[in-house]
Amino acid sequence: MADKEKGSKKVSRRRFLVKGGLGTIGVVAVGAYIFRNPIRRELLGFANSLEAPYTDNTDKPMVWFEVTNNNEILLHSPKMEMGQGTFTGIAQMAADELSVSMSQIKVVHAASSTGNVDSFATGGSTSISGLWKPLRELAAMLRVMLIKEAARKMNVGIDELNVEDGVISGNGRTLTYAQAAKGVENWEVPDVPSLKNAKDYEYIGKPIARVDLDAKVYGDPIFGMDAEMPDMLYGAVVRPSKIGSTFVSADTSAAENMPGVVKIIVEDDFVGVVANSMIEAEHAKDAINVTWESYENLDTAAITKMMTVGNGNSTTIQKNGDAFDEDDEFETLEFRSPIGAHAQIEPNGVVAFVESDSATIKISTQVVSITRKEVANRLGLDTDKVNIVPTYLGGGFGRRLHTPHAVQAAVMSKAVGKPVKYFFSRKEEFQHDMFRPPTHHIIKGKLNSEGYLDTLEHEFVSGDVATDSALIPNALTNFLGADVGAIRGGFIQYTAIPNFKTVYWHVVLPFATSWWRSLGLLANTFAMESFIDEMALKANKNAVDFRLHQIGEEPIDNRLKNVIKTAAEKANYNEEVVNGRAMGFAASIDANTPCAQVAEVSIVDNKIKVHKVTVAMDPGLAVNPDQIRAQCEGCVIMGMSAVLYEQMFVEDGELTPTIYGPYQMALMKNAPKEIDVVLLQGKDTPGAVGEPPLGPIGAAIANAVRRLTGQRLTELPLKLSK
Amino acid sequence: MKISLTVNGELKTVDIADENTPLLWVVRDTLDLKGTKFGCGKAACGACTLHVDGEAVRSCSYPVKFAKGKEVTTIEGLGDKENPHPVQQAWIEEIVPQCGYCQPGFMMATAALLNKVPKLTDEDIDKNIINVCRCGTYYRMRKAIHKAANLQLEKENNESKEL
Repeated sequence: MADKEKGSKKVSRRRFLVKGGLGTIGVVAVGAYIFRNPIRRELLGFANSLEAPYTDNTDKPMVWFEVTNNNEILLHSPKMEMGQGTFTGIAQMAADELSVSMSQIKVVHAASSTGNVDSFATGGSTSISGLWKPLRELAAMLRVMLIKEAARKMNVGIDELNVEDGVISGNGRTLTYAQAAKGVENWEVPDVPSLKNAKDYEYIGKPIARVDLDAKVYGDPIFGMDAEMPDMLYGAVVRPSKIGSTFVSADTSAAENMPGVVKIIVEDDFVGVVANSMIEAEHAKDAINVTWESYENLDTAAITKMMTVGNGNSTTIQKNGDAFDEDDEFETLEFRSPIGAHAQIEPNGVVAFVESDSATIKISTQVVSITRKEVANRLGLDTDKVNIVPTYLGGGFGRRLHTPHAVQAAVMSKAVGKPVKYFFSRKEEFQHDMFRPPTHHIIKGKLNSEGYLDTLEHEFVSGDVATDSALIPNALTNFLGADVGAIRGGFIQYTAIPNFKTVYWHVVLPFATSWWRSLGLLANTFAMESFIDEMALKANKNAVDFRLHQIGEEPIDNRLKNVIKTAAEKANYNEEVVNGRAMGFAASIDANTPCAQVAEVSIVDNKIKVHKVTVAMDPGLAVNPDQIRAQCEGCVIMGMSAVLYEQMFVEDGELTPTIYGPYQMALMKNAPKEIDVVLLQGKDTPGAVGEPPLGPIGAAIANAVRRLTGQRLTELPLKLSK
Repeated sequence: MKISLTVNGELKTVDIADENTPLLWVVRDTLDLKGTKFGCGKAACGACTLHVDGEAVRSCSYPVKFAKGKEVTTIEGLGDKENPHPVQQAWIEEIVPQCGYCQPGFMMATAALLNKVPKLTDEDIDKNIINVCRCGTYYRMRKAIHKAANLQLEKENNESKEL
């Protein structure tokens, strides 16, 4: 299969092209690099004979670096910055291999016109790990090319030259990178040089401050919502509030003559209005009377009934042993998780300008290639004619893996011949989110005579996560037989248990569900780690020892054991209730990153209060330990928000609530005052960071509550009975 | 309709068709100060927090007519790189922001609180800082707020010494 060769891990010389000056730019280094990100590798691991059909754009040049006249390096990032700190990590990686200082590297989002378009997405905790090797190799190649040019210009042997902070010196002379690059027409492209040894890293591994810190503290206009274009108009799109509505007809007569209205656009799949100001567009939108055909009036109970193990199609995704005799005496617990909203603070928005044979789209997106393809398809343009200009994301969390609003803005822009800006209201954000699907879990276990598990079975049902998304073709999901997103965190990690089995059930809901940070991990780990804790109690064993005893002997298992031991030690884990507080323990593996957490909890006014969370995580090599800590802290708080407060309901066929507050989320007063993070390094390359710490938090809190009150809470959000 | 107001120390006169237009949109779209963010439009998240006569106000739900003749301060006017406000200094030292979208609102809310309660406690923070952050930066924010309080007290002490 050709893809195998393309997946080669080394930069190929033939793909590393160099172009001469563009405007004020000294040199544009262009390289194409094919690499496999861990998600794709994981998928291919499941389906190793299947060609990954979502890889594109791999034979065209991609701009990675520019050397500017003032000797700075512009790094065009194919990964979006959504808070996870990727820009900082890749700047560190590039700075080390280019031998420049951090302040000389400027990271920007790669516009799709650079060709540097990620064929997958920014997501799945893959950015740093996926770019680790290719980005450093490209940077090292550029360094060697610049040194060779300097050697030629200075007439000095390469071996006599040193580089520091982008200045090449030797034999009493110096040249900056910019000077070395000037006027070069034909570059000599070297083989991939050997990369720096870990002991020589100046920046990798250091807790360097975020490169976007100043922009974010001084209020720079860096987000999609801040984007503008000259002579821009404002759009709005009419959206139904009922689930499953389809468009029948629209009466636009009242809106047409309203102040500021430029045009009303009625398409087969949406009705939009373009006006001179945002407020005029919103007013006109409210005056358009659309007739929708809707589903029957669904409610939460109906959704819960649908989302029950036994409904839909099932796939066994893991099985070991065969002692699953239903007549045996099993301990059984059932768990549920609710519909969750992304609730990112920056609403989805876009500015689009469609000209006669091209389009420019400024947008917060996690999927540049899909946004581009969808706009191009709708407009009937080649993808090369659509330039996606990504901005910083005011939160991603998976919400921006879907960007149909880019298509709508493009259609409106084409209709009026001017740029159109359009964004969601908060109500639209809540009602037209691509929700985290609700889940239901039945877990059964049986202890042996020594008080360890002889059998463990987990059956769970989820709505779509990866299924029916543009990101993972349905062919792949069908081939795998399971939704690759919903099963995240669903695999039993206690593989020393003689008999274990995991069965996944898939139910299609009448509203859209999809990727929510960590995908199935949050609910699956909550259910499984709560059950394990209950079995430890039943066996009258310490919850940490009980876990350690039943983990296997593979490298990942040893890393899991290490984070479990470390978290327990660091938190001084014990199972006594002291001064009205108890501890709860939980651990998970996500995307090959093990994480264990201890939550210290009390009950105040019959409500759960989390005081302290200890996190031990092994993400492999920590490119920026401070930002990994920040991700752990953020996941703990976002996770506790999800497991203690958040829940969408369905009432009279509408998703509700539609505003913060009623959609309760963790606030400052709820966040733990102590979060203690310990990072281990169980492998020498970087691994997943941005999602794995969301795994244990739910069960860690629930297990503390169990020890404190005796109540085993099995439904999210966790609520104590009176 | 013409409305005059002082924004970040400069007198501005804006021509607004509807005097009930939220101050947020006047600041963002008419005055092109994009640091103040739109989050919910219902004063529920605090991303749009700015100061009107020194008070923290959720500008998405504050008609511009009420700002007539008043002093408005946005994140752009709070401080800058050369002369950061103690809150901004603390935010940088603690490396608070992740996605960063909600942060101007939190910093403006904090700056207003510190003017009222210079020596604040955790309880003061819990009661008054009620904006929403989805990335979950509250843990670092709390540390930064305490640090900002110390920086501000130091700054005031130094200034009074100089007098």
